[in-house]
Amino acid sequence: MLYREAGQFKASYMQDQQIFPIRQDQIGFWAMIAFFFLVVPVIANQYWLQAILIPVLIFSLAALGLNILTGYCGQLSLGSAAFMAVGAFATYNFMLRVDGIPFIAALLLGGLCAAAVGILFGLPSLRIKGFYLAVATLAAQFFIVWVLVKFGWFSNYSTSGVITAQAVTIFGYTFTTPESKYLLTLSIVVVLALLAKNMVRSSTGRKWMAVRDMDVAAEVIGIRLMHTKLQAFAISSFYCGVAGALYAYMYLGTVEPEGFNLDLSFRILFMIIIGGVASILGSFIGAAFIVLLPVFLNIMMHSAIGAFVPANVAANLELIIFGALIIFFLIVEPHGLARLWQLTKEKLRIWPFPH
Amino acid sequence: MAREIGDVILDLQNISLRFGGVKALTDISFDVREHEIRAIIGPNGAGKSSMLNVINGVYHPQEGTIVFRGQERREMEPHMAASQGIARTFQNIALFKGMTVLDNIMTGRNLMMKTNFLHHAMFWGPAQREEIEHRKKVEEVIDFLEIQNIRKTPVGRLPYGLQKRVELARALAAEPSLLLLDEPMAGMNVEEKQDMCRFVLDVNDQFGTTIVLIEHDMGVVMDISDRVVVLDYGKKIGDGPPDEVKNDPKVIEAYLGTSH
Repeated sequence: MLYREAGQFKASYMQDQQIFPIRQDQIGFWAMIAFFFLVVPVIANQYWLQAILIPVLIFSLAALGLNILTGYCGQLSLGSAAFMAVGAFATYNFMLRVDGIPFIAALLLGGLCAAAVGILFGLPSLRIKGFYLAVATLAAQFFIVWVLVKFGWFSNYSTSGVITAQAVTIFGYTFTTPESKYLLTLSIVVVLALLAKNMVRSSTGRKWMAVRDMDVAAEVIGIRLMHTKLQAFAISSFYCGVAGALYAYMYLGTVEPEGFNLDLSFRILFMIIIGGVASILGSFIGAAFIVLLPVFLNIMMHSAIGAFVPANVAANLELIIFGALIIFFLIVEPHGLARLWQLTKEKLRIWPFPH
Repeated sequence: MAREIGDVILDLQNISLRFGGVKALTDISFDVREHEIRAIIGPNGAGKSSMLNVINGVYHPQEGTIVFRGQERREMEPHMAASQGIARTFQNIALFKGMTVLDNIMTGRNLMMKTNFLHHAMFWGPAQREEIEHRKKVEEVIDFLEIQNIRKTPVGRLPYGLQKRVELARALAAEPSLLLLDEPMAGMNVEEKQDMCRFVLDVNDQFGTTIVLIEHDMGVVMDISDRVVVLDYGKKIGDGPPDEVKNDPKVIEAYLGTSH
């Protein structure tokens, strides 16, 4: 009863092709936007903004990038963290070496550099698929981090390649407080997510999914595989690159190449697997799950059994429960949490009636 | 019938295709005339599907030439064949499983879409106009094949017979001049076969599409095709109108079976 499209008639194809065709979804979307833009900055404290919400948003963006490549276009990649590193270091160098460059311009150029590197490391996808491609993208992961450490130019010859993000100023306003950083990150992520949603629901996205689902048939109806795959690599890497730059400028402040290691790539991959492959919403849910769950577990542990068990045992218990929960959710719904939400909505159409 | 068989639009000359030492096709020549329904028959492994794969560029024959609409070529990529107006369906359904029926058919029109990913990212404006324009064409195909009720269903959930029909819809959405059908009626029951026959004949009749068809059901082949090519072990053993082929002793021996 709550989630019914009965009575909402579509009289034109334009209406039928809206981004949220069902009114409840529109309301939900605008409510979320209002909540995160207007309410959250007021009610959340500094810790929440800086240590939880900003990283969730940034990881959502990186997961979105990987989802475009792996979820929509079907090209498995383990190089997301490396593309993030390219974005972060490129943005740093644009800020450092180009006088008076606006931050947004440096950010977009950083993303474009990541896209170019993504195309380069996407070339193997023309010949190899699946797990073998994942291994090939590992090359990107190790090679890029190595280059950033080896050649001091990228980090302006700082020791061990650490870069310190410059102050971010847009139209004379300097983003220093967690609230302002949160709002800037949120704005960028929301815009990029909407652009991604538009791409995946139009011809571009259909081509990606066609290549993912049946590449021979895609080729036979006129889709150029090389072009489509490299396009997915480029756009995916652009998103990862922007996420990497935000990771440096909005979240950590100082980053080193080693921070963008394989571990981070795996985390992003887990986010899309748990959140939902080929789902924009899933990228957000997955990132929130992976970032928030350990925090919740930590709080729970401290308040529930903190008094009875030593701290180191509690810490290990957290990891065990974290792992167990991931397995639990994957067994309940192998297609991810976004799919679970989808099923819930389908149930809500008729709830509380049986038919 | 209203349609008139025109000139030769596809001419295959001395096609030979080998995979290493295996000869899939040996020195095969035949032609396809405009607006006709041309059937390819033969026992399993005779090279029928390979023949279709040669026509639309999936396989590159080692010898021979292919002349399509006056253009001669031997090697070409499948997407080039598609842009010349050749569409096909597959023996084992090759739909995009994760997408809805509508999206599958819309993908069939990708070659006619001119906007790029930047338009799509913005969506409003050129991308939306184009999307609506093509949606209208796709809805015509949906009406034609009578699949209105399933247009928003993911194809993976559909029964086999309907999936075959959606695959035909995707091929038709490209408005092909030459349509290659690889066993469109395989695995169907009698009613589904009748429906499919009707659709194939209607496509041929209403749009004037030239059809090359592989089929095992002899009743269907003899009823709907204008001319039949018979392959056996990669060689052509018969070619002509259905009645002639049906009575050809070589064909009967190889395929239809002889009474000893």
